[in-house]
This record gives sequence, structure tokens and C-alpha cells, in this order.
Amino acid sequence: MPKLIESTNDFVVRFANVNGSGSASANALFAKSILRMGVPIAARNIFPSNIQGLPTWYEVRISGAGWLGRRGGCDLMVAMNPQTWDKDVASIDPGGYLFYDSTRPIPPSKFRDDVHVVGVPLTEICNARYTDARQRQLFKNIIYVGALAQLLGIELGAVEKLIGEQFKGKDKLIEPNVEALRAGHDWAAANLAPIGLKVRRADAVGDRILVEGNNAAALGAVYGGATVCAWYPITPSTSMAEAFQRWCRRFRVDPETKKNRFAILQAEDELASIGMVIGAAWNGARAFTCTSGPGVSLMQEFIGLSYFAEIPAVIFDIQRAGPSTGMPTRTQQCDILAAAYASHGDTKHVLLFPEDPRECFEFGAAAFDLADRLQTTVFVMSDLDIGMNEWLCRPFEWDDKRRLDRGKVMTYEDLEAGREFGRYLDVDGDGIPYRTYPGTHPTKGSFFTRGTSRDRYARYTEEGGPYVDNMQRLLRKFETAKRLVPGPVRRDASEPTRYGVIYFGSTSPAMAEALAALEQRGLHLDAMRVRAFPFSDEVIDFVLGHDQVFLVEQNRDAQLKSLLVNEGAIDPARIISVLHYDGTPITARFIIDEIAERMAALNVVPLKKAVP
Amino acid sequence: MTYIAKPKFHHPKLPTNKLGYTRRDYEGSVSTLCAGCGHDSISAAIIEACFALDLPPHRIAKLSGIGCSSKTPTYFLGHSHGFNSVHGRMPSVLTGANMANRDLIYLGVSGDGDSASIGLGQFAHCLRRGVNMVYIVENNGVYGLTKGQFSATADRGSKSKRGAVNTDAPIDLVGLALQLGATFVARSFSGDKAQLVPLIEAAILHKGAAFIDVISPCVAFNNHPGSTKSFDYVREHNEAVNRLDVMIPREPITAEYAPGTVREVAQHDGSIIRLRKLAEDYDPTDRLRAMAYLAERQAAGELVTGLLYLDPEPRDLHNYLNTVEKPLNALGDAELVPGSAALAEVNAALR
Ligand SMILES: Cc1ncc(C[n+]2csc(CCOP(=O)(O)OP(=O)(O)O)c2C)c(N)n1
Ligand code: SF4
Ligand SMILES: [Mg+2]
Repeated sequence: MPKLIESTNDFVVRFANVNGSGSASANALFAKSILRMGVPIAARNIFPSNIQGLPTWYEVRISGAGWLGRRGGCDLMVAMNPQTWDKDVASIDPGGYLFYDSTRPIPPSKFRDDVHVVGVPLTEICNARYTDARQRQLFKNIIYVGALAQLLGIELGAVEKLIGEQFKGKDKLIEPNVEALRAGHDWAAANLAPIGLKVRRADAVGDRILVEGNNAAALGAVYGGATVCAWYPITPSTSMAEAFQRWCRRFRVDPETKKNRFAILQAEDELASIGMVIGAAWNGARAFTCTSGPGVSLMQEFIGLSYFAEIPAVIFDIQRAGPSTGMPTRTQQCDILAAAYASHGDTKHVLLFPEDPRECFEFGAAAFDLADRLQTTVFVMSDLDIGMNEWLCRPFEWDDKRRLDRGKVMTYEDLEAGREFGRYLDVDGDGIPYRTYPGTHPTKGSFFTRGTSRDRYARYTEEGGPYVDNMQRLLRKFETAKRLVPGPVRRDASEPTRYGVIYFGSTSPAMAEALAALEQRGLHLDAMRVRAFPFSDEVIDFVLGHDQVFLVEQNRDAQLKSLLVNEGAIDPARIISVLHYDGTPITARFIIDEIAERMAALNVVPLKKAVP
Repeated sequence: MTYIAKPKFHHPKLPTNKLGYTRRDYEGSVSTLCAGCGHDSISAAIIEACFALDLPPHRIAKLSGIGCSSKTPTYFLGHSHGFNSVHGRMPSVLTGANMANRDLIYLGVSGDGDSASIGLGQFAHCLRRGVNMVYIVENNGVYGLTKGQFSATADRGSKSKRGAVNTDAPIDLVGLALQLGATFVARSFSGDKAQLVPLIEAAILHKGAAFIDVISPCVAFNNHPGSTKSFDYVREHNEAVNRLDVMIPREPITAEYAPGTVREVAQHDGSIIRLRKLAEDYDPTDRLRAMAYLAERQAAGELVTGLLYLDPEPRDLHNYLNTVEKPLNALGDAELVPGSAALAEVNAALR
């Protein structure tokens, strides 16, 4: 038996459950109660789509130091799914703990010698108290939360307060849940020896919130003034459309007439979703769709139309791995190139890379201003890890003085006053022309929208000159975009260094942890988080300002590197890719190993030796 | 080919409508279609209908897909916003536009290739959603723009100009529209302006999904003997079930009708459609009977035209979505953005 793992406020608990057994809310209760004790957590779901036994896993990383990336490994396994038992038991770190329902005997061969076993007769405790089958199932989950709370030192009061909040308005349910919780807790107190893992009250959470990226992005769309949403179900984006519906019901129903200040349509496919978005935006409403890679593939032709006809559109791409089922319920950052250069002809598109739900909200709102201002498609490149997991992040903020920026729109008054209107006329050099909404003025400002074949006044022409003129203006517009999109976030190493690292999106928390660890080892890197495409000059300068730059991405083909090399005319040899793409969220351990190894190969001698 | 503006010359004696507009104000630029193309007659009928209904041209949005037919919105209603979108996807663009502003009149123009081949899915779905629009298919049985391939509405056995015989069963858009829940379904012929103009007027007044299938011969690729979409063939096989007059409320009745042959259908907005029956037993308010009748007559080799189905009390997408009366594109910050106080509550619930 190896030494048992001992750790306070720094360990990983994994729950293995059967899907549909009501475990999700019990597990969330467990996670949130730790937060209420002021200890940061990172919680992630793993949803396989095609495996026997309907398994789901829920992983909670408890990190007093506040590291929110996935850590990897498992210190305490709560094994509640007999079908995945063997795999679950095998995945525990040596010296770790196995928590299970000991009501029915399990043969000794099914356990491991190097893991400490904690058996609680959950079914027995539960069946002694409840007769109804559904109740038995639900309360069994609460009973294990109670037992775990006792075992790990989670304050019962914190859990009970959460139960009270959860069932507010359905007060009848509070008492039985609290009783079940205590039943588990009391049994554990009377029968179990303490283990090496502990949660201790701290003050490291602050005013942060725990929220899913899709939920946050949907709220961002509400604050961004979106009124039209057209979508087609696809994991992992579906929950964003559903969340938008919920937020709209709360915030967008006219209090007097009870009528909706929004229109949500489940389209027949992604071609129709993006078609509706473009139609609505052409007509002056703010519109979006949310989808994932396969949907973006289907939308290609329309995205090109949006680019050429200069119609705002917002697409939330909640990225996932590849086509079909199975792996697609795993996370990746694999649509970068497909989105950046989507469609036929010479096109490129604005991409935003939120790092967490807080930025899903921020960019979710800003995307609509940008799309209107630039009159083109704007992608918000989220992913499954951010979208479908609850992340601890800074609270949402809104400045009440902020106004929706509808961009260059000529009004009835402008036209009446005799302002010159040319739909594709660049009046002030930023490459962005004025538009009018249909129906604005009886005799002025109407125009015919088509992809190409038009002059600056939207009159039909097939001449080459006006085509080139228009394409050049579109390039100027893309230059303007560089100034408008969220800039990169730079964080320099504590000591001067010739090495840099670029990362983006959901890699953020793992990167923060990796940077701290590398620094401890004396490996110093300046870091830049890219937040948008087109890249601003700062990003190019960062690459040129270092001998070697690591670029961390969650895809196989180094897609952001390709984009950077291509758009910044950068020597590819300056950039070393660190690529993680097995479908699990990237970990700090992975980044540290990769970068430390490459830096060793590059003969970087740590200036200071690592502190032991 | 470059845009040709029509000379803006108004004859002082040109008749004007209630808005003071002449027919010229409803025209577009000069057509670039083949001389004699059926599609140009449909453009003329649209101009006539909008003029007759005294519609402010800028309150109409015209949307199309890709094809010769889809090019036509350039040739009518020059003061309206137009959108030549992508092949087969006009219905989704129109649906989105309609969601954004319920106050405009939406005119969707498409071809048989655009709607029955590449765009059949979108055609079906926008009808079943009850989008308030007029959807016109300019149906010539071929792809005119790509030079004469069969489209999905070509009849089985119909011959192409080069002699190839179509072996696929045809898609009947009218039959589909009836089945899919369109609340106004008609068929007409580009060569029968007297029938077509009032049908377009009635479709515009209809506050729901109105579909008109207009047989519109392609003189370049599908007007030869052996084609079932040629001028001659359609004239010979055309069986109109009724003729209409569209009455704006309180207009005096001027036409004379033989007793028993006229039926009035009041529209929701108060306008009246007066149907002169031609087929004795045809009831255009009975969807199921209409479907059976069409199938029967089609089997007998007839091409049934006229107002085939009308629901006088249609519901539309905005009814279903329960949207506010004010167009969504006109809602401002105060109506859309919940503000920081609401956000503070959201934050509090997420801790
Ligand atoms: C995605 C795509 N595929 C193919 C085409 C080429 N194309 C243009 S029009 C057309 C057919 C048009 O037929 P129809 O809708 O019947 O119009 P018509 O010209 O007969 O009026 C085709 C295949 C296209 N524009 N886009
Ligand atoms: S090719 Fe046919 S459909 Fe096209 S303009 Fe000529 S006649 Fe009309
Ligand atoms: Mg055709």
C-alpha cells in the first residue's frame, strides 16, 4: 500500500454516475457547497454519447490556489455506476480513495490494493427510509453528498443553505432533502475513519460566479440587443439557444401586453438558420445562430454572402471534435480555419475567442456591435469545455451608459436632408459604407442587395474595375476591424526572456497554472492571450519580439499558427506548436511537460533552480 | 451587361393611383431577360397589382434566390429594397426579414429549380410556418439561367429542346403547398394577365403564407413541341376553376355578374375577394376537396388554374411567436437591454 494521498483544498473528486439518475443536481450541490466555503473549484462534465450503461462523469477539482483548468488524475472516485466500475477503479491515482455503495457485496478482486476503500451502504440507508422508487433514487444521491461532506469536512450548514435556496418556493422539499443529507452525514460520522483529503474554509472565491459559457453567451446576446435567434439542435450548442429562450422569457416579455420582444425559430437545418439570420439582419434586427463545426460547414455559402453583401451576422460556434457522434461530445478548438476563411471566393471573417463564461457574456454582447459596425459575419469561437461546464469566473458587468452601436445606418432624416447615399461608397476611408433598412424612405435610399456585380451605388455591373475596387475596400474594412476587436492580453515574465507563449480560449486557466509552474522551475516566458482575429499589430510584434514563441492550441493542425503565419507573413520556424487534441480539456501538466521538454531541447538553462 | 436606368419621364396624362403614383413608379430597370420570356409578364403583373392596390413601393421588400426568375426583382418596384440571395434559400432569408419587421409586405420570387430542386426543403418549411408573404414561383420546368436542364417540375415524358425525355416524376408545388398548410394557394399562367393580376392582389392582401405557382414558359429552352410548359401546351390544357376580383372595402360594385355565379369571401383586413365560379362544384375554402380535385383533373391531363385554396382567417408566424406589435428592428435600448441592476441579480443567483 503506497502512502495515502493527504491534501487540504487541493484534490480531484470524480463522480461516476448513471445518466438520468438525478445525480447532476446532487453533484452540483457538492461542488457549490465547497465554493460557499470560500474554496475555488473547477467542475467538468464528461458526456459520452454512445456508451453502454448510460454513464456520465462529473469531475470536481478543488483548488485553494485557484487553478481552474482540468488537473488530470483522480484522488477520490465516487463510483456509482456498476457498468463502468472497472474503468473507474483503474483511474484512481495510487494512494487515492474509492467511495462506493457497499449494500451489496463486491468481490475483493474488483478492488485495488493501492487504493483506500470507503464503503457506505447507501441503498440500505435509503431503503430503510423511503419506499417510493423515484424517491429512493433521488435521495440516495443526497445521502452520498451527506456522507462525503462528513468525510471531507464540508460544512453541513453550507449544504443546507444551498438546499434551501434550490427549493425556494417548493419549501415542502427542503425538509426531506436536509434529512437525507443528515442521514448520510450521521452514518459516516458514526462509522467511518477520517481520510487524508480535506476541505478547509478559506477566502479565495470573492465575488466570482459559477456559470456555463452557453448560458453566459445567451445572456450576452440579450444584452447585445439580439431579437432574432434561428438555430438547429447540435451538441454542444443547443443549451445556448435554450438559455436564450429562458433569458428572453425573463427579460424580454412586454410587461403590459405579455408579448415577446424576441423571435426564436428552430429552423429545419443550419442553412435555414443562417439564412434567417441574414434576412433579419438585412432588415435591421440583431440576429444570431448558435451551432458547432458541422453546422458551420453547412452555412458556408451564406457566410460568403454575408461577407460580400455586407450583412451583419453573429454565429456562436461552440466547437467540438469532428463529425458524427461519440468524440463530438468532446471539446476542441478545431474550427479556427474553417471559420476564418469560411465560404467561396476571397473571404475572411472576424473571430472572437472568449476565455471563459465571463467573456462569453462580454463578447456575446460585443459581437452584435461589431457585426453592425463592420456589416459582416462575426464568429464567437467558444467550445464545449466553456460552453457546457460551469466555470468560476468574474461576475458579469454592464455599464448603463453603454448604447447599442448600430453602425453606419442612414435614417429617414439623413436621406431627407439630402445626404449622399451609396450603399458601397466608402465616405470616410475606413472601408465601411452606409446602409439603410428596407422601408426607410419612399423615394430615397433603397437599393438592391446582391453578392457581387455592383458598383459603389449598388447598381448592377459586371465590369472588372468596380469589382476590384470593391474587393480592395473590403480589405480596408478588415484593417479597420483590427482596431475594433478586443485586443490581446499580454503578461510578461518576471524576468526578461527571449521566449514567448501564445494561447487563446479555454486554454486560459491551464495556461495560467502552467506559467506559474514553469516560472518556479526557472523557465520564463512572456505570455499573450489572443482574443480576436484579425490579429492586431501587437500580436505580430509579440512574435517578432521573441526568438521562439510557443503556440498552444487544442487541435491537430496548429490552425491558429497557420492563420498567424499566413496573415502576419511570419516565418513558421519562429513558432513552436503545443497541440492537445484528444478531446479532453487541456491540462497544465500537459503544457508544462511539452514546454519544459522543448525548452530543454533548445538549451534554455533555468536562471534559478526550482524551489523544492 | 451593365445596369440600364429607365428614363425618368412622366407623361402628364399617365393615370395615378390614390398615392399619386403612376405605373412607372412601380417599375424597375430594363429587363435583360430573353424577349418573350414569361417571367417579364409576371413582373408586369406585379407592377399592375401593386399600383392597383395603392401600395407605397418602399414598404415592399422583394426577395429572390438565383435564376432568370430570381433576377426579375430588379425589373419591378425600383423604389423597394431588394435582395437577390443564394440559390434555393430565399425562403429562409425572407422568413428572417419578416421576423425582423412585421410591417413590410414580403414578396418572394423564385423559380422551379430554385424552389422545387435545390430549395424544396426551404420552400416547404416557410409555408408550414405560415410566414406572411407572397411567394411566387415562375415555373418553366427548366433551369433557364444554366441553359435548359430539366427542373424538378418537368413532367415525366416531357421532351427537352435537344430531344432528351424526362423520366423523373414531377413535383407539384401547388399540391405540396396545400398539404403543407399554406393559407392561400393559387396557380396561374404568365400569358393570362387578367387572371394573374387579381390573384397577386389577393395574395398581397392575405395575411398569411400565400403561394402562387405561375406557369411561365422559357422561350429559349422550353417552348417547343413535346414540352408541357410551352405557351401552346398551357393554353390548350388550362382549366380555370374561377376568376377573381379583389375589392378594397367600401368600393362600389361595378362589375355585372350573372346571378348564382359569384361568391364573396371577406378577408381579415376587410377587403373582399369576389370569386366568379367557372367550375360548378369547386369550393376554394375546402383544403381536402381541393387536393382531391386537383389530383383528379391532373390525371385527366388538365392544368387547373385559379384560386385553389383560401383560408379567410389565417394565422401567421408572428401570431405563433407572440411577438410585439412594434417591429423587432425598431426596438431600442430601453426595450432590449435589461441593465446593470438586473445583472446584479443574475450574478447573485450564480454564487
Ligand atoms: C449553389 C448553386 N448551385 C448552382 C447554381 C447555378 N444555378 C443558377 S440558376 C440555376 C437554376 C435556376 O433555375 P430556376 O430556378 O428554374 O430559374 P429559371 O432560370 O428557370 O427562371 C442554377 C442551377 C447556383 N447559382 N448556386
Ligand atoms: S433563358 Fe428562358 S427563363 Fe431565362 S430569360 Fe431566357 S426565356 Fe426566360
Ligand atoms: Mg426554371
